[in-house]
Amino acid sequence: MEKIETKTIILPLNHKKNTQYTWLNPAIGFSKNLMFFALPAALIWYLADKSDYNWQWYRIVKYIGTFQKESFIPGPLLKGLWVTLQISVISLFLSCLTGLITAVFRLSPSFALRAIARIYLEVIRNTPLIVQIFFLYFVLSPVLGIERFTSAVLALSLFEGAYASEIIRAGIVSVSTEQWEAAASIGLKPFRIYRHIVLPQAIPVIIPPLAGQMISLIKDSALVSTIALYDLTMEGQMIIAETYMVFEIWFAVAVIYIIITAGLSIFTHFLEKKFSKSFNN
Amino acid sequence: MTQHGEISDYLSVHQLTKKFGKFTALDDISFSTKLGEFLCVLGPSGCGKTTVLRAIAGLEKPTSGTIVVEGRDVTQLPVSRRNVGIVFQSYALFPNLTAEDNIAYGLKQRSKKAKGVEGRVTELLETVGLSGMGNKYPAQLSGGQQQRVALARAMAISPHLLLLDEPLSALDAKVRIRLRSEIRQLQKRLGVTTIMVTHDQEEALTMADRILIIDRGKLVQMGTPGEVYDKPATPFVASFIGSMNFITKVRKMEDGIFGVGEHRLKISNGRGARRVQNGEPVMIGVRPEDVMIQADGGDGINTLNTLVSAIEYRGSLFRLSLNLPISGNDYTTIDADVPSEKVRRLGLQENMHLPIHLPVDRIRVYAA
Ligand SMILES: Nc1ncnc2c1ncn2[C@@H]1O[C@H](COP(=O)(O)OP(=O)(O)OP(=O)(O)O)[C@@H](O)[C@H]1O
Ligand SMILES: [Mg+2]
Repeated sequence: MEKIETKTIILPLNHKKNTQYTWLNPAIGFSKNLMFFALPAALIWYLADKSDYNWQWYRIVKYIGTFQKESFIPGPLLKGLWVTLQISVISLFLSCLTGLITAVFRLSPSFALRAIARIYLEVIRNTPLIVQIFFLYFVLSPVLGIERFTSAVLALSLFEGAYASEIIRAGIVSVSTEQWEAAASIGLKPFRIYRHIVLPQAIPVIIPPLAGQMISLIKDSALVSTIALYDLTMEGQMIIAETYMVFEIWFAVAVIYIIITAGLSIFTHFLEKKFSKSFNN
Repeated sequence: MTQHGEISDYLSVHQLTKKFGKFTALDDISFSTKLGEFLCVLGPSGCGKTTVLRAIAGLEKPTSGTIVVEGRDVTQLPVSRRNVGIVFQSYALFPNLTAEDNIAYGLKQRSKKAKGVEGRVTELLETVGLSGMGNKYPAQLSGGQQQRVALARAMAISPHLLLLDEPLSALDAKVRIRLRSEIRQLQKRLGVTTIMVTHDQEEALTMADRILIIDRGKLVQMGTPGEVYDKPATPFVASFIGSMNFITKVRKMEDGIFGVGEHRLKISNGRGARRVQNGEPVMIGVRPEDVMIQADGGDGINTLNTLVSAIEYRGSLFRLSLNLPISGNDYTTIDADVPSEKVRRLGLQENMHLPIHLPVDRIRVYAA
């Protein structure tokens, strides 16, 4: 008896055709973010207005920046933003790298590599970030002779790297084992298999959740203010201590964070589009 | 079973056993192939065909047993060092690479000269009939075209051994038949020793030099298509490849003579008949196309009187179901394939009495 077989060739990525992104989407995403912010903002504004709070928006301008003799002098908020951006960008890169290495270790045939990855993951995921920052800054940095900024970057990278590794691992595992077997059978070595076969297929799966993790990273970077690093949050606190403009400054700080994270969102939408369109028909 | 481990054997598998936990997927399988041979592994679903292939490929570590290629024990070698070309059941093409790149990556790993690679890819695309399609992604190709890319990719590394896991099962009948002969011609031209898994008996019979039949992890028979069809070693093989009538409650009377109820059947020695002791109960088998119609009656050897109970039209032939009285009210049914022309000429109809003849040398004897 001959069975009638229907054609069921499911290529790994074909079925999860991403929702169609148009050129407008980043803008829509951005305005969505703004909406979520704008509604509570309006509410607070309304309540604040009813109270006798004395709004002094004009005063925050000088904390952003001033012109002196035709040259722009950045204020504390912009300086803080610069520190936040530096920490975030470096940590973003390092945490992705840590994540990738940890993911590869966890999937490695070597017991030792798997164990290392596992211990790192468990330690990081079972302790609060703030404790890790303190530990690195107060315990390790004097021993290792690393400075404040480096400690902060390391703490953030290691912390977010652990979560990134789980995301990356899931992406790698989503590529079927037959892809590995086929690649190995034509003589490709593990590094080339990762680079040319597996990661290109895993990246479209990884990007959306990884982008979410990176947005967390930017927000979590605010915690470095606890070790007196003058990032955006720290500068905000300092200005408030000086001026008592609690509402205005926190508003300004929040808006700046939103602008950064929204920027990252737009960038990842772009990446997603670039990576998914190449071979998904 | 053939001798294994001879010098002239290209590949030999010795006592291969594979267990998944408590479950034995392969049980003590031994066989060998000659250089350039086309071997088909045939068996029902879940019998262990893929596992055999994967063990030979180096994708599955045997629980015990050895695999020897060209006199060298390769049992412990990983797939990347065995130089085997594999076509997976699902093709497993790299969806992120074009057809060209799918084929080229194995070559690039070998030679650093990009020029040679390009020429070879073009040549391979031509070989599998996909000239000019090189820049398409797998998702843009039809099933048959993907299959060809998979074949070209496997052959790109100039493998010593080509392993195909049901490469045609996902294709429709027309394409399948065309690809059968294409694969076979290509294999002959390249002279590459090939093992192909299939559950399609017709595919195995038409393509293979030799067929390996596996049932529940055990090798039940190995032989040329003619051998396995003509001399099926077990009732399982007989009914798995083609169809066969079985008559039970048969007894050996004396050498060459078997008793079915009051009937006496003459069976030539060497069809499994010799092994049986006198008086021992056995089962005999005869293929429907070997049952001869004797409309003119006569009481020759091995002639049995039957009653036509059903006639089924099958295009070029009819399949008759014949009731054969054994003893008293005991009946057995024998199927006979009769050419349409003969059925019309003899005016065969249901409920007709029909004497049949079972040729002495077409009856096989099996242990009951
Ligand atoms: N990795 C595994 N773990 C556990 N059991 C397995 C594994 N691989 C195969 N098996 C079992 O071994 C048996 C043989 O499997 P195999 O894939 O070789 O069958 P097959 O003959 O190729 O079947 P099909 O024609 O359906 O492809 C099956 O019963 C299957 O469930
Ligand atoms: Mg199979």
